[in-house]
Amino acid sequence: MGSLQLKSIRKAYGSHEVLKGIDLEVKDGEFVIFVGPSGCGKSTLLRTIAGLEDATSGSVQIDGVEVGHVAPAKRGIAMVFQSYALYPHLTVKDNMGLGLKQAGKPKAEIEDKVGKAANMLSLDPYLARRPAELSGGQRQRVAIGRAIVREPKLFLFDEPLSNLDAALRVNTRLEIARLHRSLKATMIYVTHDQVEAMTLADKIVVLNAGQIEQIGSPMDLYNRPANVFVAGFIGSPQMNFIDGARLGNARAKTIGIRPEHIGLSRESGDWKGKVVHVEHLGADTIVYLESEQVGLITVRLFGEHRHAPDDIVYATPMVGSMHRFGADDRILA
Amino acid sequence: MSQARHSIFRTGFVHIALIAYTLISLFPVFLTIINSFKDRNAIFRAPLTVPTPQTFSLIGYQTVLGQGDFVTYFQNSFIVTIVAIALVLLFGAMAAFALSEYRFRGNTLMGLYLAIGIMIPIRLGTVAILQGMVAANLVNTLTALILVYTAQGLPLAVFILSEFMRTVSDDLKNAGRIDGLSEYSIFFRLVLPLIRPAMATVAVFTMIPIWNDLWFPLILAPAEATKTVTLGSQIFIGQFVTNWNAVLAALSLAILPVLVLYVIFSRQLIRGITAGAVK
Repeated sequence: MGSLQLKSIRKAYGSHEVLKGIDLEVKDGEFVIFVGPSGCGKSTLLRTIAGLEDATSGSVQIDGVEVGHVAPAKRGIAMVFQSYALYPHLTVKDNMGLGLKQAGKPKAEIEDKVGKAANMLSLDPYLARRPAELSGGQRQRVAIGRAIVREPKLFLFDEPLSNLDAALRVNTRLEIARLHRSLKATMIYVTHDQVEAMTLADKIVVLNAGQIEQIGSPMDLYNRPANVFVAGFIGSPQMNFIDGARLGNARAKTIGIRPEHIGLSRESGDWKGKVVHVEHLGADTIVYLESEQVGLITVRLFGEHRHAPDDIVYATPMVGSMHRFGADDRILA
Repeated sequence: MSQARHSIFRTGFVHIALIAYTLISLFPVFLTIINSFKDRNAIFRAPLTVPTPQTFSLIGYQTVLGQGDFVTYFQNSFIVTIVAIALVLLFGAMAAFALSEYRFRGNTLMGLYLAIGIMIPIRLGTVAILQGMVAANLVNTLTALILVYTAQGLPLAVFILSEFMRTVSDDLKNAGRIDGLSEYSIFFRLVLPLIRPAMATVAVFTMIPIWNDLWFPLILAPAEATKTVTLGSQIFIGQFVTNWNAVLAALSLAILPVLVLYVIFSRQLIRGITAGAVK
């Protein structure tokens, strides 16, 4: 239990359309991530699913039941917010138990569920504390615990890791992945961080300007981007886009090659170029190359390489690594 | 080093300015209190000296308390002030919540309409208010005063509180909605505790003009049973003779309750529990 169907969801504020007809199916137990740049409507979509915003038109179904006019508390969902949104005047325990208390569940059952969730998230020592006495990571764990306690059909996460520092972000990410495996619950997660999206998702939904650009598994999106936007959004450093005409390809307007799919050689290769800038990251070396034939391109080499600015090198794309996009920016078959 | 010296100079200057301001504000209060403990001759002969054993006298307090009705006057002032503050805070906060939380047609217009009351003094409507109170049979009741003061306090309360309500995190309210709290519980249990400092500010701003008001008690409730302290003290001020001992004693006594209420509210002003709620 825990499937979700969205049918042509539209949302407009006055004449400004934020969501322009979203169709989506989420199966039971899936981890789906909405990803996209700021203002693409991903948070609005999540809040529409939660019932915090009403869709202007379209239908939201949870487990096959239309919930368009059902209050958020009755939809069988739980949400984790970027700002944690813990109740400042309640202890951790009461924070986690409030939803059940409102639903009129007996005290013993609440104790039991809160205890289990706290155990799962190693929050036991903090149950009597107030949010103000916790660190950021602990607060977010409490917020996640509050969601678990409700045993929802759908978990909704609204950029839950954005307020955490880098190390804590990785830990909490692991924790969420582990949680998804052990609870086998359906989770919908909003983020603008593609690393989070790639590492956590079963299915990624790429949104742009209120529309879905592509839906697919992380590797689908990486290997077979449907259009220029997805190709550019997924993968870091960004894919190189080269004018099709420069490579003598009449059909393709744009040709995309990922930086890691280009090889460099000092002796010979397809494109001769001058090194503009080099970034040494230890595991990777990123080389920025200005070539006469294809313009400025980024090349990602694995391991350490001794390239320096103003070196002359030759770049060669790997066989079969080119993505060809037509005049409408969509991939060519 | 120069940085440190500079900042000491600055804090020193700020403190001197603040101390000077405090002295200036407290001086009239001080003067009222010392003179209320002196006999009539001493008040006129040397108004700026503190009472000495020769000039010390409690005659003013004896007159005021001996008048008998002053307990009633105090009680009336208290009832009117406290009930009016409670109503202003309750309705002001509710209106502010609606204005800041819900999007509805005419939201901005409604906010402006409520804010107009800050600019237009309620006393302009005195005649209409009196006619209304006569028609409603509320003349010479404390209810009349409470109603007028509630109306008088609401505009500022709505204005200040709605600004503060906007700062309460949306996520927190939404978390409450998902947990099944009703809009009323969200208002009373999540939002109000977070804006307690603002409520205290509004309470102080509302309280002082009500406590000190002479106008409406004089017009709407001048009967003996409904007189407030400010109106009650007026009996000592005559056209030809003023009983200064009694007036000063009454005023000194009137300062005390306000001081107590202020201390209660200002504790709330300082305390805030927002910290840690949201990052």
